[in-house]
Amino acid sequence: MIYGAGVDVGSTQTKAVIMGSGREIVARALGMTGANVTKAAERTFNEALAASGLPREKVGYIVGTGYGRYKVTFGDGQVTEISCHARGAHFMVPGTRTVIDIGGQDTKAIRVGTNGEVVDFAMNDKCAAGTGRFLSASAEVLDMPLEKIGALSLEGKEPVRLSTVCTVFVESDIMSYLAQGKKTPDILAGVHRAIAARTISLLQRIGLGPEYTMTGGVARNVGMVTSLEEKLKAPLNVSSDSHFMGAIGAALFALERAEAASRGRAEEAVISGWDDGLAEEKK
Amino acid sequence: MISGNCVEILRAFDIEPAFPEVNALQLAIRKQSLPLILKAEEMGYSSDNCAYVKADAGFTFGEGAPGVGKIPKPSLIVCNFVGCNVYIKWFEHCAEFLNVPLTMLDVPFVRGDRPTDGDVRYVVAQLKKLISDCEKLTGKKFDIDRLREICRLSAKAEDGWQRCKDLCKNTPAPMDAYFDAINLMGPINVLRGTQDAVDFFDVAVKEYEGLVKDKKGPIPQEKFRMVVEGPPPYPFYRQFRDLFASWGAVAVQSTYSTVGGIWEFGFRHDPKNPLESIAQQMLMENLCNRSLLDRYKQIRRYVEDWKADALVIHSVKSCRLFSAGQGDMRDYFANELGVPTLLVESDLEDPRYYAQAMMKNRIDAFFESLEHRRLMRRA
Repeated sequence: MIYGAGVDVGSTQTKAVIMGSGREIVARALGMTGANVTKAAERTFNEALAASGLPREKVGYIVGTGYGRYKVTFGDGQVTEISCHARGAHFMVPGTRTVIDIGGQDTKAIRVGTNGEVVDFAMNDKCAAGTGRFLSASAEVLDMPLEKIGALSLEGKEPVRLSTVCTVFVESDIMSYLAQGKKTPDILAGVHRAIAARTISLLQRIGLGPEYTMTGGVARNVGMVTSLEEKLKAPLNVSSDSHFMGAIGAALFALERAEAASRGRAEEAVISGWDDGLAEEKK
Repeated sequence: MISGNCVEILRAFDIEPAFPEVNALQLAIRKQSLPLILKAEEMGYSSDNCAYVKADAGFTFGEGAPGVGKIPKPSLIVCNFVGCNVYIKWFEHCAEFLNVPLTMLDVPFVRGDRPTDGDVRYVVAQLKKLISDCEKLTGKKFDIDRLREICRLSAKAEDGWQRCKDLCKNTPAPMDAYFDAINLMGPINVLRGTQDAVDFFDVAVKEYEGLVKDKKGPIPQEKFRMVVEGPPPYPFYRQFRDLFASWGAVAVQSTYSTVGGIWEFGFRHDPKNPLESIAQQMLMENLCNRSLLDRYKQIRRYVEDWKADALVIHSVKSCRLFSAGQGDMRDYFANELGVPTLLVESDLEDPRYYAQAMMKNRIDAFFESLEHRRLMRRA
């Protein structure tokens, strides 16, 4: 039995998934990334390993993804989270043609082909406008726990119109609405709408096309999912594993690579461009 | 300025040209641009101003730069704001602060397929005014035969340029027609009209022909052929190049290298009609003075004739003039023509706009997707 692991080191959280050759997820783990990226990756992977009950040597391949992928020093290769989210979303929902990934610092729109391959993608520029960080900044100003703001935003009857999507200036914008006596749910509804509008414009760059699958930590925010569905006028696939989608994709790449290597054909694995040197060795 | 420059006229009077944007990019590639940009911002230039302008302002109006020195005070400032009206103010500032006479050439933007006869006559009339300014400055009488000879030398160097670019139709391409072609922009723009430029391209052509014969390219294995649009991030030139080289991606054509002039489609300076051909080149035969739709045509021809797998657009934060419309360009190539297209953004001069991790992420993801699709096609 061959196992593959994916470790997704995001700007905010690190996710690890271990997958068996039947493509079943045998374990998952989640932790904060913090300042020591390598340690976070190790810790999260070890937690997943402990949960799986497998000895370390049973995991044939480990793929690192996310911004900290090169800090997964115990891993065998790296794949970008763009490829991994596409792969993970397609694996969970095979009809996926568009992936919306809202993470801590990045928002991505990815067009996916019938085999889970990336056809096109667009990302926010060097600015956290409209990302998960925008939501957490808003939650901080309103002194609300992050996990509650989504549900509360749905209670908003008269959403405010934010004058900015800048993650820094949103704080003063919210303050001024509070000073005007606006209700928290209305402010939150405005916050969610602003991000949804920005995400839709990113999606339009790659062309809209169902089915839509949302990945990344913000998928757990029901207010965000609802706002996006309203703007898209289409349902959004959200799975309880949305947060792990990058790690799932990475684990799939790892598993395929391990399987191809066991046949002595490492270069046939879907992504052969990574720098584990295996394809060259086998020649 | 480099874009559609009329260096032939200056050369006819033995005037040595200096190009402010070349100074700016030289400072950027030496990683010396930021203190100069900050100096210009202290002077009052906005953070949104063209970073070429700011680096040059900090350099020229200040004390120069360590190890580079200072550009001597010019005798004449000639501004041909071909495709970029920011140059008007830039060169007016130079004239004002350095107290040097300024000759401003008004080159109309070409909105249709080609310039009108009136456009050409209008530019030729201004070239004649430039000639009389040069006569007054140098005390030399204008010699049309000298200009014809310079145009003949220009055309020979342009032949060499076209040959170098044409050789990149081979697989593997003997040079990177973006990163290496930028080096060739020095001789074609700064030395054009001299025997030195002709000799340079003779050597380059011979070298590239040898590489084609030996099936050698700039990297060990050419895996992807790309066309690149937009100037490079000069402060991170090597890092940026390596991001593509690590994927075996080689540029087989680029638009930026044609800012000074588009020679690969056959246009030449004409010794028989020197002034008219200089005017034509300033108006039409350069990248920046043409419509965006014309730029699309140029890129499409590059993709098809040079058999490229992908288009990479590097958008420049501090140059909205050149970068505006690149989102639509991406859309046109990716969605209408089905050419895989990557749009990345940083700056050509200001290191503060470049984020290596983000750049690497986008480039890696793009080539991963190309490789994925290639493997699927093989399967």
